[in-house]
Amino acid sequence: MAQFTININGASHQIDVAADTPMLWVLRDHIKLVGTKYGCGIGECGACTIHVDGVATRACSLPISVVGDSKITTIEGLSENNDHPVQKAWIEHDVPQCGYCQSGQIMNAAALLEQNPSPSDTEIDTAMNGNICRCGTYTRVKKAIKTASSQG
Amino acid sequence: MTFFKTNYNRRSFLKSSAAAGGGMLLGFSWLASCTPTDEQLAQIPEEWFNINAFLKIGDNGIVTIMSPNPEIGQNVKTAMPMIVAEELDVDWSNVVVEQAGLDTAKYKRQLAGGSQSIRQGWQSLRMAGATARRMLLEAAAKEWNVPVAELTTSKGIISHPSGKTAGYGDMASAAAQVPVPEGIELKDTKDFKIIGTPTKNVDGPKITKGEPLFGLDYQKEGMLIAMIVHPPSFGMKLKSFDDTTARAMPGIKDIFTIDSLPEGVESQWSDVNAFPQLVAVVGNSTWEVMKAKKALIVEWEVNTKGENTVEYKKGLTKLIEKSAEEPARKDGSPEEAFKNASKIIEKTYSAPFIAHNTMEPMNFFAHVSADKAELAGPVQTPEYLSKTVSNVLGLPEEKISIMMTRMGGGFGRRLYGHFGVEAAVISKKANAPVKLIYTREDDMTQGTYRPAYEVKYSAALDENNNLTGFKVNGAGIHESPVFENRFPAGTVNNYVADKHTLDSNISTGAWRAPRSNFIACAEQSFLDEVAEAAGKDPIEFRLELFNNAIANPVGEDNDYDAERYAGVLKLVKEKSNWGTKREGVYSGVSAYYCHNSYVAQIIDLVMENGQPKVQKVWCAIDCGIVVNPEGALNQIEGGIIDGIGHAMYSNMTFTDGVPDQNNFNNYRLIRHKEAPVEIESFFVKSDIDPTGLGEPSLPPVAAALSNAIYAATGTRVTQQPFVDNVNLDKSTL
Ligand code: FES
Ligand code: FES
Repeated sequence: MAQFTININGASHQIDVAADTPMLWVLRDHIKLVGTKYGCGIGECGACTIHVDGVATRACSLPISVVGDSKITTIEGLSENNDHPVQKAWIEHDVPQCGYCQSGQIMNAAALLEQNPSPSDTEIDTAMNGNICRCGTYTRVKKAIKTASSQG
Repeated sequence: MTFFKTNYNRRSFLKSSAAAGGGMLLGFSWLASCTPTDEQLAQIPEEWFNINAFLKIGDNGIVTIMSPNPEIGQNVKTAMPMIVAEELDVDWSNVVVEQAGLDTAKYKRQLAGGSQSIRQGWQSLRMAGATARRMLLEAAAKEWNVPVAELTTSKGIISHPSGKTAGYGDMASAAAQVPVPEGIELKDTKDFKIIGTPTKNVDGPKITKGEPLFGLDYQKEGMLIAMIVHPPSFGMKLKSFDDTTARAMPGIKDIFTIDSLPEGVESQWSDVNAFPQLVAVVGNSTWEVMKAKKALIVEWEVNTKGENTVEYKKGLTKLIEKSAEEPARKDGSPEEAFKNASKIIEKTYSAPFIAHNTMEPMNFFAHVSADKAELAGPVQTPEYLSKTVSNVLGLPEEKISIMMTRMGGGFGRRLYGHFGVEAAVISKKANAPVKLIYTREDDMTQGTYRPAYEVKYSAALDENNNLTGFKVNGAGIHESPVFENRFPAGTVNNYVADKHTLDSNISTGAWRAPRSNFIACAEQSFLDEVAEAAGKDPIEFRLELFNNAIANPVGEDNDYDAERYAGVLKLVKEKSNWGTKREGVYSGVSAYYCHNSYVAQIIDLVMENGQPKVQKVWCAIDCGIVVNPEGALNQIEGGIIDGIGHAMYSNMTFTDGVPDQNNFNNYRLIRHKEAPVEIESFFVKSDIDPTGLGEPSLPPVAAALSNAIYAATGTRVTQQPFVDNVNLDKSTL
């Protein structure tokens, strides 16, 4: 066990866990922020996507020991009032079905738009390819990203 | 208008009372039907009198619908309350939908979402809304001293021609005193205002904020985390284990074996489970338990022989080479028809085992103490789970509560609730509240798969290219995929359907649109080939067959309506660009009927770097009245993407009983890049009661794809996953 101080959604947290504990489980088990989902644990599905200094990162494959001073943002911290352009577009296009993969899709899409405010279809496909949706919401995800990008 | 009774033998389906804090509370059964069949009348199911849903109209006019129906991703949590609100005649913006507090005795009987839930709830939900409205009207009539018949409602306002108006909130407390009417009138479907209006998912904003909704998000004070280790191979069982290292690891509380279905315990259909004996690891946090799980040394022993994919495939092939002892259906003389045929077309199709792979892996919370068990989690069959838990723990069912959480996908997987039983057994043994979590690997290698199937079709054409004989012979693991009474049965004079099953120690279960998910692809791919052999346009060829079934149906058990079937085909043809040549664009068509709904689809694809890329899917669907077009479209699109994805990429294979795939690095699911660029769906206008939506769009789409691939490449793809069995340039995959 080791002590870590990490910055999550603008607040500082003291956490006492093994150094190899993935941020996914730190968030879910220790900080009780469960919006970040477990889907595969090996970086293959994107359900656990968070932002580390604004960059989309798979929390299941990010040990707490490498986080350091980086600023972590989770779905809960993406906006104050559920009003990030991506969240608004998601509601407008009624994207979710079961909803389980959607935190990850939203976080990945938000990071994409941060870096590339008006992505082409191919750029969207490439950036989102690591986020699996078992319910098959892909066409709506793409439409919502386009809407968010024009609002952005 | 239709008049319905709200009671039978003086037992009412509804109960009203004053709501705490003012207003009225109407309890009703989500399941009761207002137009029971004779059979149902003879013995009205007890569930119909079980109040498991509530409608509250507050003094402030806010309508709260407490639904016992958990959300599985099929939009029932939105669509079902819309039905209540329609008959109640309120403004949807004043409606709040809540998941009922399921751990109270009142809600003990819950039902799960499914393609059929809207069908089942359709009448009881309308009855509840209409009854509440009627009681509000009676309260107003009494207060204003006017006849009820003179009152009208609109958007939650009651009006009288004299100019008097009142909101539902103003009358709600008085309405609580009005006796529940004996009968009520339901709206004419043409007067619907909410039903048929695209309405957003009521949980949408919670999902986009990442609120805790799912079983895996469930937390309880003092809760421990549990994980299981199951045998690595189908056919193996636990021999012994050494937990010296694992037990000493930080955060680990206990490690023990469990049996979730001990011998002698009566099992139910929902207790499918290849591995009832497991090792359980219990500890403080997920990561600690995951690490200890890896440090366990477990010895397994062979119970039954582990199977290999090549072997059971051979087994299936062998079965369909012979006729069944007794055909499942036979019309006319197929032998004659084939003997006299001028052309015979034959083809065999197959599909592998596939896993459900809900994005949220199996999990369940349980807190078992000496005299009660509290469970919470994502399960589609809480009643069955409760029964098995009761049998296994020896606890009476009244002492067991099950709270249903939102489900991160179902597709049939959560019908089989062994993980709930396991959680309960672990909690009892650990003497603590536990949340059992399956890793993705546990989940994918546990079984309950869609079975592997193989089917052989044969068609006989006469010299005028009329279809004179048809044979279908299908085998599958534990079940045959053949539906003997479905199309094209009934359209051809000489027909035979044979069914075979192959036993296996690999467990199987229902997977989104069971059997149809395979057979539709085989049948509709084959008909494409037959149409080509007959020199006919594939749509015209099918329509000809439907015309036969309309004019002169063969046999009596045909379980489809040929006119509705033909209807969706005509609609999709009209809406798409069928028949117009476009450079580099290839099309395929398919149509299928299941879950009481009719679907026809056309796929337009282009070839990109030797790979098919679906540009557009056109989909026509006849699913009766569409309650929520927004949610319905989402369901249809999901089914299409799912259908394309699984036919194209997904594959579960076995070596000596060990699943060769265990996570998304080696099991392929469709991803963003591979999804269709565009999907456009069209509903057949209908005033038939709503039918299935979650499933019907999936089965046919794989054939539209295979037929389009044929148009593009000249290769008939007959084996799923297509990606492994068609000569495409694999380097670009
Ligand atoms: S859980 Fe992290 S990528 Fe799947
Ligand atoms: S919405 Fe269910 S997995 Fe994406």
